[in-house]
Amino acid sequence: MRFGEKSVIQDEDRLETVNTDWMHKYRGSSKLLLQPRSTEEVAQILNYCNSRCLAVVPQGGNTGLVGGSVPVFDEVIVNVGSMNNIISFDTVSGILVCEAGCILENLISFLDNQGFIMPLDLGAKGSCQIGGNVSTNAGGLRLVRYGSLHGNVLGLEAVLANGDVLDMLGTLRKDNTGYDLKHLFIGSEGSLGIVTKVSILTPPKLSSVNIAFLACRDYSSCQKLLMEAKRKMGEILSAFEFLDIEAMDLVLNHLDGVRNPLPAPMHNFYVLIETTGSDESYDREKLEAFLLSSMEGGLISDGVLAQDINQASSFWRIREGVPEALMKAGAVYKYDLSLPVERMYDLVDDMRTRLGDSARVVGYGHLGDGNLHLNVSAPQYDDKILEQIEPYVYEWTSKHRGSISAEHGLGLMKANKIYYSKSPETVKTMGSIKKLLDPNGILNPYKVLPHSLDS
Amino acid sequence: MKIMVAVKRVVDYAVKIRVRPDKSGVETQNVKMSMNPFCEIALEEALKIKESGLAKEVVAVSMGPSNCVDTLRTGLAMGADRAILVEASRDLVPLTVAKLLKKLVEVENPGLLILGKQAIDDDCNQTGQMIAGLLGWPQGTFASKVVLDKEKQAVSVDREVDGGLETLCLGLPVVITTDLRLNQPRYATLPNIMKAKSKPIKKYTPEELNVEIKSDLEVVQVTEPPKRNAGVILSSVDELIDKLNNEAHVI
Repeated sequence: MRFGEKSVIQDEDRLETVNTDWMHKYRGSSKLLLQPRSTEEVAQILNYCNSRCLAVVPQGGNTGLVGGSVPVFDEVIVNVGSMNNIISFDTVSGILVCEAGCILENLISFLDNQGFIMPLDLGAKGSCQIGGNVSTNAGGLRLVRYGSLHGNVLGLEAVLANGDVLDMLGTLRKDNTGYDLKHLFIGSEGSLGIVTKVSILTPPKLSSVNIAFLACRDYSSCQKLLMEAKRKMGEILSAFEFLDIEAMDLVLNHLDGVRNPLPAPMHNFYVLIETTGSDESYDREKLEAFLLSSMEGGLISDGVLAQDINQASSFWRIREGVPEALMKAGAVYKYDLSLPVERMYDLVDDMRTRLGDSARVVGYGHLGDGNLHLNVSAPQYDDKILEQIEPYVYEWTSKHRGSISAEHGLGLMKANKIYYSKSPETVKTMGSIKKLLDPNGILNPYKVLPHSLDS
Repeated sequence: MKIMVAVKRVVDYAVKIRVRPDKSGVETQNVKMSMNPFCEIALEEALKIKESGLAKEVVAVSMGPSNCVDTLRTGLAMGADRAILVEASRDLVPLTVAKLLKKLVEVENPGLLILGKQAIDDDCNQTGQMIAGLLGWPQGTFASKVVLDKEKQAVSVDREVDGGLETLCLGLPVVITTDLRLNQPRYATLPNIMKAKSKPIKKYTPEELNVEIKSDLEVVQVTEPPKRNAGVILSSVDELIDKLNNEAHVI
């Protein structure tokens, strides 16, 4: 196989970065990084590796949080970051076709010039790539308005383990011809194939964006506020996020240039509500009316409304900065759970009781989607702390028929935990599909599905 | 003492502006408009002075089409007590704004008139200086610190000038224009937004104030600046000398 000099990397320093995940929790020992520049090169790589039973780790922006994007041992890393071209954009339909290595923030800027936006947005946008977003079925901050990638991705091109290229790069809104295989690749975290191109439906950029930063006394107020928001202004609601007092405290202490939008004292819960619509004064009136009535009803203790884009960005900086603040504070155990909204915060309270003074329990997340990011912050990683957290967290979630991974995926971290959220028969069928598409098991081994399935 | 603050409605600072296809100006349709950042700072300073007990009332003033009311509502939501709108359908140049402000000052009699140093749409940096001239008041422009001495009826203003900081002591009444580092404007809180709904906004027309709207300036064309060419990476000193000699003609 012939590749350009730039596409084959064996330099130790470069390898160290790509062998380690963003949280510095997982480190592999791969000796080879490949950066293909085209689908054909990806196909050649996989064909070769498959014939020699060489394991491969597909990698994009390496911003995943479950150790899914770095090698466990010495798997070959195939990073699609060099495949970063925008192939086409239809300004009438808003359908964007691009290569998997495009960085999300770059796509957002490109679309901004055209009057459109990406249907997903997350804190990692400066580094994460669309191929990785699709492979992990990333959720993010706007899912409550635009839905999941399963709905927005119209087509994709993927390379199978044996090097076969599956061209499913449709740009049609509706296509009911046969089994919709693209859905297998959305969310399978690179274990069924490497996504090389994506075709995605993008919503028009609406001119009126309003955002409020609110304080609530207790979790049940946050919940009632969500119900009221959906009822009174559901058609313009574009984000509904929450963070508790611990999360806010961490952000204020560990991030530069961040200030609390609300005057003292600190409140137990903070909620961020964003609306997006086409009429500035109508939306603003609606939002103000909703907020004032919620305040009169006692659901909100205090709040501010952003008056310009700068203030709006500063509110988002707080919410999006929580993971970064947690990293700076020391060791962090991350859990990403889908739970019934009424019970969501009970888990945080339970964990606080369980851990006592040994660690700090932080709760925040996409309240609008029933998605809790439960984080335990400790000065150092300590197995005694881990014992108190797992499997308690998973059992608690399973008991409430929740998901042990709402949007982060299973990766390496939760590869053996799937039974907490899926039945044995379902997992067995997943195993059959894996065996069908990747008989030699070269794609991202040790991850996603339980190791016990390999026999 | 009453403080009057002039605030301008401009294209939001964070928006990527585009020139209209007919080159008559910048695209303002469907674009987010907000209070000029320097005007926000001016209003914040006025509110701080009032909160320290040195002033009784803060009046926010704006001029332009009727949707300037939005900007005044922001001002009221931040904490201004009253607002005044001078409704005018055409674009107003700084001299006209200064003349209109003079009339309002004659009606309201403030002890302090605070403005932003310039608007981010035209970058004129003229209105504050012109109104001070028309009123015959002292001016402290590019203020980065303002300290009021009620007893002496004077104000000490630190100005950011090219060489550093200059401190002036000015006797009231005074015109102050604000610079970036003067303060950090507060957010509009919900309780204040609620209170703002019942605060009055008085409307005037230029005719009522006896000011003629005319401009001695005519905008001929607005274009984007030429795009910068990408740099070239050279491989040797000889190549550099060759380029400096034959292309740039500097040696």
